[in-house]
Amino acid sequence: MARDELERFDRVERWVHGSVGVLFGICVLTAAVLYVGPLSVLVGNRRLAVLVHVWTGFALPVPLLVGAVSRAYRSDLRRLGRFTPADGRWMRSKQVRRDAEGVGKFNAGQKLNGAMSTGAILVLLGTGTIMFFTGLAPLAYRTGATFVHDWSAIAVGLLVLGHLNHALGDPEAMHGMRSGRVLRSWARQAHPEWVQEVTDAERPRQP
Amino acid sequence: MPRPSGAPVGRRVVLGLVGLGAAGVLAGSSIQRGLAAVLGPIGNHDPTGLVGLIPVGNTFRFYSVTRGAPRRDATTYTLGVTGMVDRPVTLGLADLQGMTQTTIVRDFQCVTGWRVPQVRWSGVRLADLLDTAGVSVGAKAVRFTSFDGTYTESLPLDVARRADVLVALQMLDGDVTHDHGGPVRLYAATQYGYKSLKWLSGIELTATEVPGYWETRGYDVDGTVGASNGRDDEPTS
Repeated sequence: MARDELERFDRVERWVHGSVGVLFGICVLTAAVLYVGPLSVLVGNRRLAVLVHVWTGFALPVPLLVGAVSRAYRSDLRRLGRFTPADGRWMRSKQVRRDAEGVGKFNAGQKLNGAMSTGAILVLLGTGTIMFFTGLAPLAYRTGATFVHDWSAIAVGLLVLGHLNHALGDPEAMHGMRSGRVLRSWARQAHPEWVQEVTDAERPRQP
Repeated sequence: MPRPSGAPVGRRVVLGLVGLGAAGVLAGSSIQRGLAAVLGPIGNHDPTGLVGLIPVGNTFRFYSVTRGAPRRDATTYTLGVTGMVDRPVTLGLADLQGMTQTTIVRDFQCVTGWRVPQVRWSGVRLADLLDTAGVSVGAKAVRFTSFDGTYTESLPLDVARRADVLVALQMLDGDVTHDHGGPVRLYAATQYGYKSLKWLSGIELTATEVPGYWETRGYDVDGTVGASNGRDDEPTS
């Protein structure tokens, strides 16, 4: 039986998500090699690990920018950036996801994740640049940059663990990111306003 | 498609985080010093290694430039003193242990920023080893090689002869462990950590100073703490 599905993410958006995920994963693995004693000992090759980490980090924002060629991506970025009164209610509600009233294409948690990830990527990019190109800033700021880079990395690591936890707990959401399409019934439950919006757009216009 | 309405919270969060990051870059240096002063001494003697996972930067980090050095012990370890010397010598671990041991306690400062306070180092003064082999006229520098096969370092002869330059057999609370560069590593007290070569297996007297592994990758040949590499750390010796 054919699934009754809605189009959720276009090909560019899925490519951006996948590319950023892979690049982020390489950053995490190389960071662990540089940072966690037993892994440093196991892998060694410090110079190589530094270079892979740094250049993967510089590459990470590229897909995020390239994504702008997609109209759907630009539109979703705008949605992610805007918080409605329904988002406030969603945040305060104890039974998140079961109380999706008024939730559009993205819920408040997804919006916060997007904003915090973007901020963290910019902070890590900036501090990492100061750390790697030692001629750019005086020593005190390089020390400060290292301090911020270390703690932001831990914070963003926790954020991503939360992201993965939510994803693994919602197979249909993951299916949506893999295939671009989600079940209408799932969407009606988790993103009712969005379903309404899509349905309105699908309905043939009356003269 | 209608333009989504609502407050631009996303933009505020992003700008807020970037602002917080910038503030951290400006103030982080002094926060780091405060944290390090408290947690550094704990980290030296923390058997769980958990303190090392907190990014205060004041415990030893294990840096290796290769996949890892082979393991050498009392039966397989040798140290050669060669080059511009009167009598090239090869010493085993027992030979080194049989020589006069010197103990010094100094901070260990890494050029990347972390500093381990009050580390105890014991071993043979490099100057004694140089005297054993007899330095030839014309030798101006010492080149160090590692049995990891890649890591090299150098010191000018006058620095190498300082009393606080050790061929270290012990550090912290016991023998130099393999991960710290054992069984034998260099410790040059006035210098940033990269000059204190790990897994030491060769000491070669040369006419000119040959830049080592990290020096060909941007670090200064003279690694004096607080007076090189664009840093102003408090001198360690």
